[in-house]
Amino acid sequence: MKPPAFEYLAPVSLEAAVAALSNEDAKVLAGGQSLVPMMNFRLLAPSLLVDISRIPDLAYITEDGDGLRIGAMTRHHAVEMSDVVRQRFPVLHAAMAHVAHLAIRNRGTIGGSLCHGDPAAEWPGLVLLLNAQLKTTKRTIPAGDFYHGALATDLADDEILIEIQFPGLAPGTGWGFEEMARRSGDFALAAVAATICLSDDRATEVRIVVIGAHATPLRLTAAEGLLTDHVSIGAAADAAMQEISPDSDLHASADYRRHLVGVLTKRALAAAWKRAA
Amino acid sequence: MIKLTVNGTMYERAVEPRMLLADFLRHELGLTGTHVGCEQGVCGACTVILNGDSVRSCLCFAVQVDGGRIETVESLGTVDNLDPLQAAFQEHHALQCGFCTPGMLMTGVDLLRKYPLATDQEIREGLSGNLCRCTGYENVVKAIRSAVEAGYGD
Repeated sequence: MKPPAFEYLAPVSLEAAVAALSNEDAKVLAGGQSLVPMMNFRLLAPSLLVDISRIPDLAYITEDGDGLRIGAMTRHHAVEMSDVVRQRFPVLHAAMAHVAHLAIRNRGTIGGSLCHGDPAAEWPGLVLLLNAQLKTTKRTIPAGDFYHGALATDLADDEILIEIQFPGLAPGTGWGFEEMARRSGDFALAAVAATICLSDDRATEVRIVVIGAHATPLRLTAAEGLLTDHVSIGAAADAAMQEISPDSDLHASADYRRHLVGVLTKRALAAAWKRAA
Repeated sequence: MIKLTVNGTMYERAVEPRMLLADFLRHELGLTGTHVGCEQGVCGACTVILNGDSVRSCLCFAVQVDGGRIETVESLGTVDNLDPLQAAFQEHHALQCGFCTPGMLMTGVDLLRKYPLATDQEIREGLSGNLCRCTGYENVVKAIRSAVEAGYGD
């Protein structure tokens, strides 16, 4: 279908954008790869779209100590092609292959994906996995506090996400990212991402995040604890299956999703262990 | 008023904010080579190249691309003088009804410019956002493979 009528503004400063967002039913338009389909479906009818793509200096990938700062308007494809991302956060590079299709990655932005907050999207899980900080026009929010539910974030109506800050990973951190979707580029039925630090062949720090199995991305802390307590990857995968309560929908039943999370956790942890040094 | 360059020609038009880029190309400029299938970013038929990157023209408002440079399927070749990728599609019988073809071609151009496409798996993944209901994709992959081998976009 065609989208409903709306007013359009393309301010060239964050201040002007924030001011425009005080209008009732105003929405931020970044890459539009989630917003425009929802408008075409008439699921959303904002009265005003505030296009932030004309604001300078919101798209960048900058080294910051061992970490990275990435501007919210950075397109998925720029992350996919970035050498510094590949060197410092290979898990981000690997995950980009699962973000929709090239034409969507060319246009869609990290900030847009994070603020849309689809439970099956990759970025919300990745910022939680990597303990990122989300800098807005008002404050800095830890990734773990950003989501209230499916498609619901902590952002105020007139608050704009401007930067994602990724702290450096400890040297030798291993990683794994495993996703299952019905079709290449489609939303994940479930995905599991993991990082592991080893010392004397024992896991000292483990982070495991699942997407697609809950309203928000979820850290699997019980499974993480089993690995740092030196129990097996298999036991951690079993624990992962017990930690989630997925829904059934037309794509997969809850039982299938739970099974999938067990398998993906096992694979992600095995890959992370193997890559850890 | 928006001003944009389409296939090398500059256009200036007044448009409603809600006009999708796909409809702008078809209805305002008469460039009906860009096809509109699903209007939700899934089928890929409306794919065009914006400032060097393939995009879904159904997920983009014309006002957003003010000042931009667009290439549509009409930029590729003519009936008498096909672009090498179009010739490869013809050679390999990579189309039947042709509805998806403009999107397949513009996606193919962007894939050929950006990725080595060393394996058929890469080509398949690259095309996974373009739906075809006739060919079973096999011949589209063959056409793009032959374009890779002929050094298209090098």
